[in-house]
Amino acid sequence: MKALSIAAHEIRVGLRNRWVLATTLLMAALALSLSLLGSAPTGVVKADPLAVVVVSLASLTIFLVPLIALLLSFDAIVGEQERGTLMLLLAYPVARWQVVVGKCLGQVAILGVATVLGYGAAALALWLQGEIGVPAWQAFGAMLLTSVMLGASFVAMGCLASTLVRERATAAGLAVGVWLFFVLLYDTALLGVLVADQGRTVGKRGLDALLLLNPADVYRLFNMTASHSVSVYSGMAGPGDPAALPAPLFLAVLAAWIAAPLGLAVAAFQRRSL
Amino acid sequence: MSTVAQWQDASKRYRGVTAVEQVTLGLEAGQATALVGHNGAGKTTLIKLLLGLIRPDAGRVRIGDADPAGRGGAQARRAIGFLPESVAFHGAMTGAELMDFYARLKGASLRDNAALLERVGIADAARRRVGTYSKGMRQRLGIAQALIGAPRLLLFDEPTSGLDPASRHDVYEMIDALRGSGATVLISTHALAEVEERVDRAAIMHRGRLLAAGTLAELRHGVAAEARMRLKLRPCTTGRLLAALPAGARCVERSDAALTLQVAPAAKMATLRAVAQAGDIVEDVELAAPGLQELYAHLVGAAEQA
Repeated sequence: MKALSIAAHEIRVGLRNRWVLATTLLMAALALSLSLLGSAPTGVVKADPLAVVVVSLASLTIFLVPLIALLLSFDAIVGEQERGTLMLLLAYPVARWQVVVGKCLGQVAILGVATVLGYGAAALALWLQGEIGVPAWQAFGAMLLTSVMLGASFVAMGCLASTLVRERATAAGLAVGVWLFFVLLYDTALLGVLVADQGRTVGKRGLDALLLLNPADVYRLFNMTASHSVSVYSGMAGPGDPAALPAPLFLAVLAAWIAAPLGLAVAAFQRRSL
Repeated sequence: MSTVAQWQDASKRYRGVTAVEQVTLGLEAGQATALVGHNGAGKTTLIKLLLGLIRPDAGRVRIGDADPAGRGGAQARRAIGFLPESVAFHGAMTGAELMDFYARLKGASLRDNAALLERVGIADAARRRVGTYSKGMRQRLGIAQALIGAPRLLLFDEPTSGLDPASRHDVYEMIDALRGSGATVLISTHALAEVEERVDRAAIMHRGRLLAAGTLAELRHGVAAEARMRLKLRPCTTGRLLAALPAGARCVERSDAALTLQVAPAAKMATLRAVAQAGDIVEDVELAAPGLQELYAHLVGAAEQA
């Protein structure tokens, strides 16, 4: 209940300082341009336009959503402390876990609103243009859900960074580092390892495991391969064989990527002295 | 008399620096206590311990029967109102919005918030963003949020620092009113002269140690601080009077027609008799009991020498 009050406060602050508006407009603008320009390749071919857009939106999400999530969350604890509002908040009858969970919840809600409204606008534009099949809608819904989950995972990591350090600038640096590592460097490094290894030690199972160690890759695998109507267009015969890893596993791993950093953030905040 | 909150042999160190050492102090129900000391004397650390924001390295801290840093801590904090030193708020929110937020956290009714803002004199600014508030208005909002839910124990950390005299006066008026309503109040301050008339008890901190605690009369008695006597004399008669004074009276200031004496408690009556016998060369006598300021200076001086 207290956590919900803190989440509601976080959302109100987000509305007031235009974070909600800015992220929604950004997501909508990018999604609309992708869906309108991106429908060119489908041309007169009888491909479901929404299924194509799911592929391009998922690729966009992998870069954008973690960045927005980290920008929202790196300030959560250390910013309050630097502004001098944290001590007063903790003098109230709230437990520390409620502060961390409430703040993360509020930020995920902000991100969720921006994602659903922004990407929803793109889907709406396509729907107004023509018929869209049920499988494509399902893939789109799954993409929305996992996009919010991916965002939640990075919000939790940003909160963790925010509870671990003493200064805002350090938290910001950590957040940028997290983004670079998971979104840009991890896949490149993995590719390098695979090339150097030539399949001697890292087998197919090893590769699957390595991909699950990065929430961005989990998201990519889920959205590019889980739905047949999409995997046709994604050109992903899959780094791993899509049939080998069932869709619920991806969701479970993404959920773990939310719970683990959040749990660590709570534990770190419990121990933090003021 | 019941004790609302207490520190028992509480010690707290930060990376080898001792912030508070073996402090034993209780806050009595319905009384106002001044927590007195220089910056860095350990006042804020004591308050943080009481709020459960930090745990003591040794000893224990209790609010009622609960450990504020333990499992029942959140529940114990429900009965506390706290005004932090240089209070800060989220500038984008309005005063009324922040009051609603804090009332929800405390599980108190939102309906009383308007009256609280009225009480601290910022009802007109309730719909304005806190970022536009002056320092004095933020402090008033800080007091208003501390009063949410009519807490039994109020902790004010340097409530008047950085305020103009008029605002200081208003803040003290509000604290006086609280004291009258039966709440237990702790005011941490280094503005001793300002709080002297407003508290029942004082606790004097110096470098993390509690030097003395008690009512002002007890403190005066305990340390036997000197009274200050100001005399107005006929011109050029100061030497005659000084010669007649007993040993316990010390001259600290002397001019043609005036003397200021520091008088040890034992010599007070003897000095007064000497002044009376001096006849009409003494035109006026002013006797001041040692105030908190003098007591504090005396105690800290003694502690430094020890």
